[in-house]
Amino acid sequence: MSQPPDYESIPGTYVYDARRGREGYALNMFCMSLNKADNRKSFKEDEAAYLLRFALSAEQRRAVLQRDWLGMLKVGGNIYYTIKIAFCDGLTFQDVAGMMSGVPKETYAQMMLAGGRSPEGNRFKKSSKTGEDHG
Amino acid sequence: MAKIVAGIACSHVPAIGVAMDRGMTGTPYWEPLFKGYGPARQWLARVAPDVAIVVYNDHANALSLEIIPTFLIGVADTFPIADEGFGPRPVPPVRGHAPLAWHLAESLILDEFDMTIANEMTVDHGLTVPLSITCGQPSEWPFAVVPLCVNVVQYPPPTGARCFKLGQAIRRAVEKFDQDLRVVIYGTGGMSHQLQGERAGLINRQFDTDFLDGMTKDPLALTKITHTEYMREAGSEGVEMVMWHVMRGALNENVAEVYRHYHVPASNTAAGLMILENRSAA
Repeated sequence: MSQPPDYESIPGTYVYDARRGREGYALNMFCMSLNKADNRKSFKEDEAAYLLRFALSAEQRRAVLQRDWLGMLKVGGNIYYTIKIAFCDGLTFQDVAGMMSGVPKETYAQMMLAGGRSPEGNRFKKSSKTGEDHG
Repeated sequence: MAKIVAGIACSHVPAIGVAMDRGMTGTPYWEPLFKGYGPARQWLARVAPDVAIVVYNDHANALSLEIIPTFLIGVADTFPIADEGFGPRPVPPVRGHAPLAWHLAESLILDEFDMTIANEMTVDHGLTVPLSITCGQPSEWPFAVVPLCVNVVQYPPPTGARCFKLGQAIRRAVEKFDQDLRVVIYGTGGMSHQLQGERAGLINRQFDTDFLDGMTKDPLALTKITHTEYMREAGSEGVEMVMWHVMRGALNENVAEVYRHYHVPASNTAAGLMILENRSAA
């Protein structure tokens, strides 16, 4: 592929495309295993040992063990899969969304109650060559 | 002859199911959302369909990344409730309609839509939350369901235009089925929301309003929205709205909007609900 896909100009967004699908397969399949109660139990008992069952990269392994939610997306994590780790921890989707966007839980919740994050100024990466945010 | 009488567009936010399952629908946070569901439940009880075709996406539950079907139809007699990582929702199993589902599978494939056929599968919140929203909490669901899954998890999902054409083919197939059945079709997911990355929490009320209006005013124009436009304007997970086009394509050109409800927020999401009734072409 010579040109980066046009969705790469969207800020703060990790589209689960072919590239991330290849990089993240093992990470996401680990997350998928947490749909089974027995596996959730094994994972909670010894996370590091449980992760050895999957062919994760060192960075993927670090991101999982440190619950670096944004970091997981950067190494091929898909949010519908990585959220299974959060469920295992007793967190909600909104808890994780707040952490990924780098604000305290209460601040994020307030933003949602006030109508959510505006698309204004959030359509294009600042450095994007594909255009200005036309609001 | 079977007949599609109406379409229901409905978000499928998992937190809405959790709120119902835990008896939280009357809290100040949830009450305004659930208040708007009452009229839809009354409408659906009056329509009393025999079967609902529910177009939805699985979220890493029945399907994983091992095999990723773009369009899949469930032909089982029963669909158990999936464990999505915190135990299955306490809702009744979903009763299928195998004769209609098999007829749809055969008709759609011969009509050049290459469906994957599922003989066994669980169903997740993508399917059960719209049922809960529109039926409440019955001891068993009041109609049979044909689950139709669309991939929106691995990029790229099918285009809106392709989804609309699938809807048209579903309608042709339903009308060739020789039992007298009243059928409704659900298009689920959306509306604007982004669950991932630094931009999580994006909501675009204007986009959503235009989309809801377009369902009656100019549905074909909506089918031209590109994936990048959905993701940029309505959030990365807003691309789920392609599934609404399957529902819309299965209806007459002439439809009446009989109900609409829109509320922000349901967790991270703009929750939309719209009911469209078929009107005669004349």
